[in-house]
Amino acid sequence: MTTAPAIELKGISKAFGPVQANKDISIRVMPGTIHGIIGENGAGKSTLMSILYGFYKADKGEIYISGKKVSIPDSQAAIAAGIGMVFQHFKLVENFTVLENVILGAEDGALLAPSLRKARKDLAALAAEYELNVDPDALIQDIGVGMQQRVEILKALYRQADILILDEPTGVLTPAEADQLFRILHRLKDEGKTIILITHKLREIMEATDTVSVMRRGEMTATVKTSETSPQALAELMVGRKVLLRVDKTPAQPGEKVLEVENLKVVDSKGVVRIKGVSFDVRAGEILGIAGVAGNGQSELLEVLGGMRNGTGTIRVNGQDLDLTGKFSDARSRRKRGIAHVPEDRQREGLIMDFKAWENTAFGYDDDEAYQTGLLMNNAAIREDAEGKIERFDVRPANADLEAKSFSGGNQQKLVLAREIERDPDLLLVGQPTRGVDIGAIEFIHQQIVALRDKGKAILLVSVELEEILSLSDRIAVIFDGQLMGERLPAETHEKELGLMMAGMTGEDT
Amino acid sequence: MDYLTILQILDSALRLATPLLFACLAGLFSERAGIFDIGLEGKMLIAAFFSAATAYSTGSVWLGMLAGVAASLVLSGIHGLASITFRGNQLISGVAINFLASGLTVLIGLSWFKLGGQTPSLQGDARFQGIDLPFAETLSGVPLLGPLYSEVLSGHTFLVYVALLCVPLTWYVLFRTRFGLRLRAVGENPAAVDTAGISVVGLRYAAVAICGVLCGLAGAYLATGLGASFVKEMTAGRGFIALAALIFAKWRPWYALYATFLFGLLEAVSNRYPSLDLGFVTLPSQFMQALPYILTVVILAGFVGKAIPPRAGGEPYVKER
Amino acid sequence: MEQLPKWADLIVVPLVGLILAFSLSMLMVFATGHDPMDALSLMVKGALGSTYGWGYTLYYATNFIFTGLAVAVAFHASLFNIGGEGQAALGGLGVALVCLFIPWPHWTIALVAATAAAGLFGALWALIPAYLQAKRGSHIVITTIMFNFIAASLLNYVLVNKLRPKGSMDPATAKFPEPAHLPSLGDMLNAVGIPFAKGTPANVTLVVALLACVFVYYLIWRTRLGYQLRAFGESQPAAVYAGINPVKITIITMMISGALAGLMAINNVMGEAERLILGSVEGAGFIGIAVALMGRSHPLGILFAALLFGALYQGGAELGLWTSIPRELVIVIQALVILFTGALDNMVRSIVAKVLVRPKRAEA
Repeated sequence: MTTAPAIELKGISKAFGPVQANKDISIRVMPGTIHGIIGENGAGKSTLMSILYGFYKADKGEIYISGKKVSIPDSQAAIAAGIGMVFQHFKLVENFTVLENVILGAEDGALLAPSLRKARKDLAALAAEYELNVDPDALIQDIGVGMQQRVEILKALYRQADILILDEPTGVLTPAEADQLFRILHRLKDEGKTIILITHKLREIMEATDTVSVMRRGEMTATVKTSETSPQALAELMVGRKVLLRVDKTPAQPGEKVLEVENLKVVDSKGVVRIKGVSFDVRAGEILGIAGVAGNGQSELLEVLGGMRNGTGTIRVNGQDLDLTGKFSDARSRRKRGIAHVPEDRQREGLIMDFKAWENTAFGYDDDEAYQTGLLMNNAAIREDAEGKIERFDVRPANADLEAKSFSGGNQQKLVLAREIERDPDLLLVGQPTRGVDIGAIEFIHQQIVALRDKGKAILLVSVELEEILSLSDRIAVIFDGQLMGERLPAETHEKELGLMMAGMTGEDT
Repeated sequence: MDYLTILQILDSALRLATPLLFACLAGLFSERAGIFDIGLEGKMLIAAFFSAATAYSTGSVWLGMLAGVAASLVLSGIHGLASITFRGNQLISGVAINFLASGLTVLIGLSWFKLGGQTPSLQGDARFQGIDLPFAETLSGVPLLGPLYSEVLSGHTFLVYVALLCVPLTWYVLFRTRFGLRLRAVGENPAAVDTAGISVVGLRYAAVAICGVLCGLAGAYLATGLGASFVKEMTAGRGFIALAALIFAKWRPWYALYATFLFGLLEAVSNRYPSLDLGFVTLPSQFMQALPYILTVVILAGFVGKAIPPRAGGEPYVKER
Repeated sequence: MEQLPKWADLIVVPLVGLILAFSLSMLMVFATGHDPMDALSLMVKGALGSTYGWGYTLYYATNFIFTGLAVAVAFHASLFNIGGEGQAALGGLGVALVCLFIPWPHWTIALVAATAAAGLFGALWALIPAYLQAKRGSHIVITTIMFNFIAASLLNYVLVNKLRPKGSMDPATAKFPEPAHLPSLGDMLNAVGIPFAKGTPANVTLVVALLACVFVYYLIWRTRLGYQLRAFGESQPAAVYAGINPVKITIITMMISGALAGLMAINNVMGEAERLILGSVEGAGFIGIAVALMGRSHPLGILFAALLFGALYQGGAELGLWTSIPRELVIVIQALVILFTGALDNMVRSIVAKVLVRPKRAEA
């Protein structure tokens, strides 16, 4: 082989304080291939790519582009080296047009008019070449996420990128949109572009890549040809040991209906209808999983049930109507009705990151009688309570005086779970229980959820991870565009069928 | 009220609107780039002082103007250092700058001129003189429009016309040039600018510097055009009225002209009629003085068209993935 | 940003900021042709060298405790109340109305009533910006600034057109009746045998200010309201998740903040001037910002910062009296304190971190 790799990294190391995000990483990405990088949350994938794109400076190591050693101190250097990046969270100016976003930073000359003219022409050519049609005059805020992602790809191509890095590109896409993205990526590859695909989804790696590198805890553990490996083998490399793909649980023994939802509708503050009339129920002693691509109304569903936003329709808990718009529609009233809520975003919602662990264990329950002494709060009682929770839920480090932000994702989630589960709720709402949580904690968290179910409680689980839905749920409902597309039993369905439903096909179509 | 009175009020309104317009456009550049600036007042004040002081010492209003701009730029630099480089709180920085100007002008003024914080009054070339626009004399005979031209538009000082020219110029720079595109982008989503390989810091400093220059001109006009010396606290809240006008104008250049002219008009009217008898009700002068602020609160409340500020305004930019 | 130990963050950083502010100011004194050491010693002597000086220092400090606490309470809820100036002015109106139009038998009862009126008027003046922020999303900094100007116009109108006694040219009310006069600190201390200069403006309101410090401490760290207010300040989505009503908490916080600013009026209007004059707040509302920043929004810190600024104001007045250095020097110092302990906090912190962290590395 005489072709130089499109990208070669040698011995890249990067530490953030005491955390070693990347440890002596070396990798060769051959030109004209799709190279996958897979690893768990926090394995260091994004850090590595940010170094390649000039966002961070590596502490040690060298970068070679097409055999030539380069230094990439900033994004400008990365762009000059022919690297384009599509971030997980798009970097677009919402109230600019597609065209303005494309030329931003790559204008020709000081005046806009000629740049816009040139870009309009080039965009038409790119659209024809790669099936990347986008209305150049549409405002970003008016187009869907799939389109926005295309704009990001077009931005890179307009800057004549030869190497395209995509960071978790399918997180916000339906399976159908994802498939289309992969078609585009293959087209780009056929034209000689090199593509790096960062993901934590095994399916995407197996379907789309030529080569795959696995990262674990900041280290590159293996690089193999995709055709010569299996999902099982990759999963083991990712986690470092054999993984249980299923949760141990006995069959559910559903009891009375605890939660009944009828024709629920939600309109957001911008007037967009987020939930378009859904009906379902959850019984005592069962877990209902809501599957769906992010942004299809599942967050709003949890928020209405948890008292964080208004809705219309009927919701009954233990046979009694909940207030959906009035004085008792807030989260505190919900808790009084026996509803506990583990929110999707624990750092923004579930915890106050600057509060100490013990203060956080009273969060949402600060009106508890046991926490008051006269006009003041009984901090001693709260602390004592917190220490018990920390011990029982194995929160590490077991120090109630640490601020929430100094715990790892998994331990933060344990704090939230301890607080919500130990209230002995009739209904537990759980959103993305294991997002950003390490494998060890995932098992523990799943066990706790199943244990609560076995105590005869009703659980509504929302997750964008199909595997999690499949392994935890007793029944699965799929949400798409604010509507439920149907229900399935986990034993009688599979990822493919659910995937189609998540893309808007009803059960009958499949 | 006869036509001549109306013309005189309009003439005075244009004069009073000029410093507001400069400051408002200054704020527009800064805030469009995502840097809140409640320190317009302080920058105007210090520019007013240094322009008057320099004009007096050198006898040249032009050198005075430059000195005013330079002083204002120094304060802009501090604001940039605090809010861009060290990612501090932009509002607190603005408060500090207002006090700094308020204290320094008196401290230095007393030490230099020993006149209780004033500068000696400016005469001749140390002040801006009125410029008669071409044909002002000949056209004044034309009914209605003639006097409007010769009385209202003609006869102002150099900086009044500069301020008016700044309006289309600002519009052009903001919406027709590469710099403007980037500037607006950095105020909406600095991450988009950063990942496109453009320096967020550089752009924001540029915006803050333009803001400094324009505030400098506003201050210079106050002391050497509108007035004839520096007087302690002579900005008298104009920086905040400009800020109000900026919100009123929803961060758009042409609307900035209308808003500042409206506020200038209010001031002109209340100068002329301390209490305004509208027949059914008499408005006290205090009400007229408070009107710009009340109007701004109404606009802010969104009862008359919502004012949406640049999305990244006030937030220091921290790189993240 | 480097991690600093908590004590350094709370004490060393503001102190270094203060030292920087003072050094620069003294440099300016030197540049204008004066001896900085003379100026400094005159200021210290003038403010703290006699009970007369203390009488003024404590008077100013009382004002600043109230306005500092006002800013701090709002800070804890992530609200920047820059409207202390207007709220204190309205508080003055409340005090004036209560003292002028109701005959009080004794100053103690008048004090209670005036306290209630001052707090109420200040709170109400903060209510509209709070409501607009909570319900309509209007930026509270801008609305409170606007309300400062509106308050000034309103007071101007009321004093000139309504409350001015016949025949008087001053835009001010009549003198309050005798029973509404508060005992001065000098009178109180002399009564228990402690010699203290008479005729200084410090008065019994100082005790109210100290009580306010205690009140704010308990409010913020020991009550449910304080817990909710801090949680809301850290994360609004989290507050909604916990069932804390953002509208309610914004309004309550701002009203408490406005009330605290309003309370200042019992010191300057009732205690000192004994009538309401135009511009009676004299910028104390803004100094509250510096005091809250310097005091790290903690009542104890605010107490010290208020004392410092009180001394600064009295010292500055002495300077203006005895030298050709104007008292506006104090405004410069104040500006620099706000700059270094507020806006350039991160710069000071990185300097401190460099000094503190380096020796540790050397040990390792």
